[in-house]
Amino acid sequence: MPAPIRLRELIRTIRTARTQAEEREMIQKECAAIRSSFREEDNTYRCRNVAKLLYMHMLGYPAHFGQLECLKLIASQKFTDKRIGYLGAMLLLDERQDVHLLMTNCIKNDLNHSTQYVQGLALCTLGCMGSSEMCRDLAGEVEKLLKTSNSYLRKKAALCAVHVIRKVPELMEMFLPATKNLLSEKNHGVLHTSVVLLTEMCERSPDMLAHFRKLVPQLVRILKNLIMSGYSPEHDVSGISDPFLQVRILRLLRILGKSDDDSSEAMNDILAQVATNTETSKNVGNAILYETVLTIMDIKSESGLRVLAINILGRFLLNNDKNIRYVALTSLLKTVQTDHNAVQRHRSTIVDCLKDLDVSIKRRAMELSFALVNGNNIRGMMKELLYFLDSCDPEFKADCASGVFLAAEKYAPSKRWHIDTIMRVLTTAGSYVRDDSVPNLIQLITNSVEMHAYTVQRLYKALLDDISQQPLVQVASWCIGEYGDLLVSGQCEEEEPIQVTEDEVLDVLEGLLVSNLSTPVTRGYSLTAIMKLSTRFSSVNRIKKVVSIYGSSIDVELQQRAVEYNALFKKYDHMRPALLERMPIMEKTATNGPTEIVQTNGETEPSVVESKHPPPVTQPTNQANDLLDLLGGNDVVPVIQTTMPTKPASAGGELLDLLGDLSLSGGPAPAPAPSVPTSQPSFLLDGLSSQPLFNDIAAAGIPPMTAYNKNGLKIDFTFERANPNPNIAVITIHASNSTEADMTEFVFQAAVPKTFQLQLLSPSSNVVPALNQGTVTQVIRVLNPQKQQLRMRIKLTYTHKGSAVQDLSEVNNFPPQSWQ
Amino acid sequence: MIRFLLLFSRQGKLRLQKWFTPLSDREKKKVIRDMTTLVLPRPPRSSNFLQWRDLKIVYKRYASLYFCVGLEEQDNELLALEVLHRYVELLDKYFGNVCELDIIFNFEKAYFILDEFLLGGEVLETSKFAVGATMEEADTLQETMEEYMSKRAY
Repeated sequence: MPAPIRLRELIRTIRTARTQAEEREMIQKECAAIRSSFREEDNTYRCRNVAKLLYMHMLGYPAHFGQLECLKLIASQKFTDKRIGYLGAMLLLDERQDVHLLMTNCIKNDLNHSTQYVQGLALCTLGCMGSSEMCRDLAGEVEKLLKTSNSYLRKKAALCAVHVIRKVPELMEMFLPATKNLLSEKNHGVLHTSVVLLTEMCERSPDMLAHFRKLVPQLVRILKNLIMSGYSPEHDVSGISDPFLQVRILRLLRILGKSDDDSSEAMNDILAQVATNTETSKNVGNAILYETVLTIMDIKSESGLRVLAINILGRFLLNNDKNIRYVALTSLLKTVQTDHNAVQRHRSTIVDCLKDLDVSIKRRAMELSFALVNGNNIRGMMKELLYFLDSCDPEFKADCASGVFLAAEKYAPSKRWHIDTIMRVLTTAGSYVRDDSVPNLIQLITNSVEMHAYTVQRLYKALLDDISQQPLVQVASWCIGEYGDLLVSGQCEEEEPIQVTEDEVLDVLEGLLVSNLSTPVTRGYSLTAIMKLSTRFSSVNRIKKVVSIYGSSIDVELQQRAVEYNALFKKYDHMRPALLERMPIMEKTATNGPTEIVQTNGETEPSVVESKHPPPVTQPTNQANDLLDLLGGNDVVPVIQTTMPTKPASAGGELLDLLGDLSLSGGPAPAPAPSVPTSQPSFLLDGLSSQPLFNDIAAAGIPPMTAYNKNGLKIDFTFERANPNPNIAVITIHASNSTEADMTEFVFQAAVPKTFQLQLLSPSSNVVPALNQGTVTQVIRVLNPQKQQLRMRIKLTYTHKGSAVQDLSEVNNFPPQSWQ
Repeated sequence: MIRFLLLFSRQGKLRLQKWFTPLSDREKKKVIRDMTTLVLPRPPRSSNFLQWRDLKIVYKRYASLYFCVGLEEQDNELLALEVLHRYVELLDKYFGNVCELDIIFNFEKAYFILDEFLLGGEVLETSKFAVGATMEEADTLQETMEEYMSKRAY
């Protein structure tokens, strides 16, 4: 058999192939030759063949039949063989195949070889792909080599030890003695790898961390020497001496200084020195500055140093280099939680980054902008963010829209602004809005009672312009179905009312039904909307006709709806008005971002979610009936209050973290801890009631009253009138506690007579602090369409001095203005 | 730590692959595909960083080759650029004005150099000269053809 062709020869040949097929043919031919050569157990050419196999493997062809050959090469005496053998092992073998364990003995022998380069090969292979079993078997050898005076081996052993610890953390202890003098080395390679090893150990074990804290002075000294020392040609990078080592030391200092005052103080000076003296003209200097800033922000540094760090980040933001800007935005995103005010100072620069051409920078800037939105800057920020939404790439639109909704919900300065913002998002990025934000938006609109006319008018106008964006169309059809009467009567107060006839409205809705642009879900929305208008409009016949046509629709959902609506007309016409009447105000049980499904605790539901059940429009009435039954039919209808403590304790930053989960920290708030707002932007634990939704409602000067005063618990009611709908009274309860002990697990429940509707929003807290140190507030909204005298039965439960207390009481002394 | 290091050409052909975590062949192919898809279309003046799954990707183009690393969350991206640059310098020193062809025809040497610079996803040696010196010495240990033929393997 002729000698197998050489590696370079093969490469050259394969590169001449003009097509993929030609290449494949050559490769197959060569593989066949190599296979027969392997079968002949030829020692001479094994190395050459494996090398060729590795080349073909890189081109993407299978090479597993060479695995055992690699092992044979490793076992060979020849250095050339070992070199290729170990390379082949690292490329072709991995811990999933049992075959790799056969390497263990070879590696063990080679770790004790007389030639350091052979030892080096073994250490390298073990450190790159050693499995847990191999690591367990060979850890002892590695530990031995960690103590050798040969710096070439010592540095490799250190990183090999890091790998062993990563694979088998329990073995960490055995390397502890060997770390004793690692930092006294002069050799930079050993120093660097030692710092990496120490970092790994400190990250994994608090005990190790405590143990190694004593190294801080030594690390500071090494770092200082690096900075102060003169030019060292072998370690110099653009005037900086060994930046790799400097960065690793800074990183280790970060870990050692975190939550430890003494260590933090010991490193204060050197950090200040690095921060002020590092040359920033080249990337390498900025790399060190970046690491320094991260360290300063993480340890217990003094405030001057922190300000210095943030300012460095601010300067980074203005740097021409895109990488630096990107890195600055990333770091600011990390620090915005803890140093919010400092980051706010750079807000305008961050907002400018939204206009950057670079995609990565834009994304970071968007995330950071959302994190910086608060009640003070909401108008300005929203303008910028909406502008960004208009002009950004599609990949951003969904996230941006969600972020806008979230921010608007939290900080909307007025209802009208909120509705306008939603409209803007729907019309500009409507097709990218997430599907589950439609129910959220509908709920929001329902709750903004006095804005109904304005909202439906704007949505109608938007529909006239464009019916292609499904979320917009869905919300619009729902609103028209609900508030079509307001639209036609031209009642809008906020802007010039438009003149529109019933027929025009029905034209639009029917247009949605037939349009190719409408999805089945949208069609469902519009059919139900048309149906609802049958009780609000007078052109019932037209509606009847539409509904009966769709009784034979191919779409099963539409068909079902149409058939049922038809039945309503024919057989249950007497029930129709009641079924299709105006939706009551929906409760929100938990604050969810637009990206989560709204749980409306079953009482009310948006009338058109994809469901195969009978029109959910009937549900509210059914639910009300059920409750009455549960009570045994007395004339008081209790309302299930919003579930209390399982609210999101959403700090502003958390909720706006688009990348992470919208973390609803479940579980009741711990009993003794009063729900004091943290240093986060002033966002309290509860969702809606903290919103200044009620700020623009004129407090109509109704006098407050004391509803309950017993055993030290006093509950006052204050009133607001929700203009312009005079049927809704907004009552805020203020619970205070004059005893010496806190009242915990405080729950306030209320029930009103049948002719009223009551909505209880989430309380500010469930702990009423002792000695009148604070109050628990909760908002009650009462709908009183029949203007009857308001009566209320309240039930209070709380834990006081270890025992549970429960009390019932009637409240009859409402001032007449509250219900007239 | 560095999770992987890839070198690929402007046409997306792989020239070097170093993996520091165990992945199946299929997973490796997916990573390579994703990296080439993400990096190659980037406009010339964009930043060298991007986010992919939970990793930070740092890439730099040198002539016709893209050098691409995947970093973990706590790694320093700016320093990674220096790491890539240092590797190119080492290759340049060894091959003398290195170009893509050198790496294609001597890929095993490129790996050997890499293995003296990085180990287990971390920088092993920070001295500019040490790696070159090691390679020189180790190369002398490689048997010549005659030595190779005459020496016993086992």
